[in-house]
Amino acid sequence: MPARVGKHVATFLLVLGSLWALWEGYKWLWETTGWTWPFAVDDLTVPHLHSIVLQLGEPTSTGDDLWLYLLHAALFTAKSAAVGFAIGAVVGFVLGVVLAQFDVLRRGVMPYVVASQTIPILALAPILVRGLGSVSINGSPPADWVRVSVIAAYLTFFPVTVNTLRGLRSADPWARELMHSYAARSWTILWKLEVPSALPYIFTALKIAATASVVGAIIGEQTASISNGLGGAILNFNQYYVLEPTNLWATNMYAALLGISFFLLVLLAEKVVVHRAPEHLV
Amino acid sequence: MSSVASVVSIAGLSKVFGKGDVTALQGIDLQVGRGEFVSLIGPSGCGKSTLLRIVGDITEPTEGDVTVNGKSARRARLDRDYGIVFQAPVLYDWRTVAKNIALPLEMLGWDRAKRAERVKDMVELVELNGFEKHHPWQLSGGMQQRVSIARALSFSPALLLMDEPFGALDEMTRERLNLELLRIWAETGSTVIFVTHSISEAVFLSTRVVVMSPRPGRIAGVVSVDLPQPRTASTREEPRFFELVTQVRELLHATGADEVEEPLAAESEIV
Repeated sequence: MPARVGKHVATFLLVLGSLWALWEGYKWLWETTGWTWPFAVDDLTVPHLHSIVLQLGEPTSTGDDLWLYLLHAALFTAKSAAVGFAIGAVVGFVLGVVLAQFDVLRRGVMPYVVASQTIPILALAPILVRGLGSVSINGSPPADWVRVSVIAAYLTFFPVTVNTLRGLRSADPWARELMHSYAARSWTILWKLEVPSALPYIFTALKIAATASVVGAIIGEQTASISNGLGGAILNFNQYYVLEPTNLWATNMYAALLGISFFLLVLLAEKVVVHRAPEHLV
Repeated sequence: MSSVASVVSIAGLSKVFGKGDVTALQGIDLQVGRGEFVSLIGPSGCGKSTLLRIVGDITEPTEGDVTVNGKSARRARLDRDYGIVFQAPVLYDWRTVAKNIALPLEMLGWDRAKRAERVKDMVELVELNGFEKHHPWQLSGGMQQRVSIARALSFSPALLLMDEPFGALDEMTRERLNLELLRIWAETGSTVIFVTHSISEAVFLSTRVVVMSPRPGRIAGVVSVDLPQPRTASTREEPRFFELVTQVRELLHATGADEVEEPLAAESEIV
């Protein structure tokens, strides 16, 4: 086990080092040769990686150092993304299960499910966020982060629905006949055969959804003009990019790390939940 | 044999697939008595698997009557009167060996303690002690099929339906599992209907061998196997065994089914 962990760490460091070398090598080569294709390279477009990292220690206009400011922003975004992911996963799964039971319903509803994903989220997010702002829960509109989480859920449910549908149908025909021989009810077949068969498919969808929920939350924040999260930070630092490009790069780094953390959490859950033969792991 | 003592009673059964295009079975009459071990043998296309599936109410007959334990096949299925073993083990790979064996018991609503107790007995019966916590993919093909047999027997059904259960295994494993199956059959006293395309396997295991002919599937003849019980590895070397094998083979050849067992020989060479 320690040998395996060591190997993983070594691989990780090797890839990280290579990416760093690629970035800095590109910057150095373009700067020394003066190449301008595809774009001119200088400290503004491609800052040094170490200056991005060093920027984290600099104070921001809020008084906090950048690393702390971004940490607060990332946690705010993480909250909406996580809640959105959870809502999207549950809605997506339930919708997939319901559509799988009734073929007529599936044919009727599926086009609208697909259509919901072809409308650009940028066009839909303001409507959703504003619309929810007028909804009243206990006399007051839902909190900002709740509205943002709806956007995240909207981006999350689709892959889960599609893969749940596909996964439920992946059960082995003989395994179905075995259930038939036990005179099993369809509810039992669903829980004891179809859902376990679908789990690898569902987890593939959840991995896609994990990162999509972070993107959804960031876009949701921006369209709703909510400034507490990473979305707000991106808009803010974007305006001052010419003065301090490293701020935006650092924010992007946080957003990426947030997405990776979500992905890894799903991966961990998959390891705990799914026990399938190697050939059945998608 | 009176129909009262019959576990399975089939009369005037036929099965047509599609819109009358393929007649899989025609005019089948068969009685299987309590405690019998009956093999169905015949070339591919003789409908032996279809016949087994009709007894299990997985496929419906076009004509004729099937009763299992004196009830309709459907009623018998709803009452969980039979256990079934397929060509493949059909284990749920997300379940451990123990949980696979317990699957039908969960359906029957047995409580946890009772299930655990029965699983323990079953694991002992098929000699898989120490593998309870393993997942199916960690076992060999022969062990997987033993789990499948344990699962089929776990709720003590009066009838065991087996559809070429050892067809995918190598010759050595198959012969060992044949012996094991006979021991289990003797211990449990269940009735077995066993589909195979191996003549020697059919003769070795059965009390009666039902020889079927193809297109349309009919019963070409029934051979009573009077080899003494319990049968052992040396049973296969007795002159009477060879006589019976020859008898079954001649019946099969009379049906024009020369391909029986030759494909198997080719298979075991590859293995």
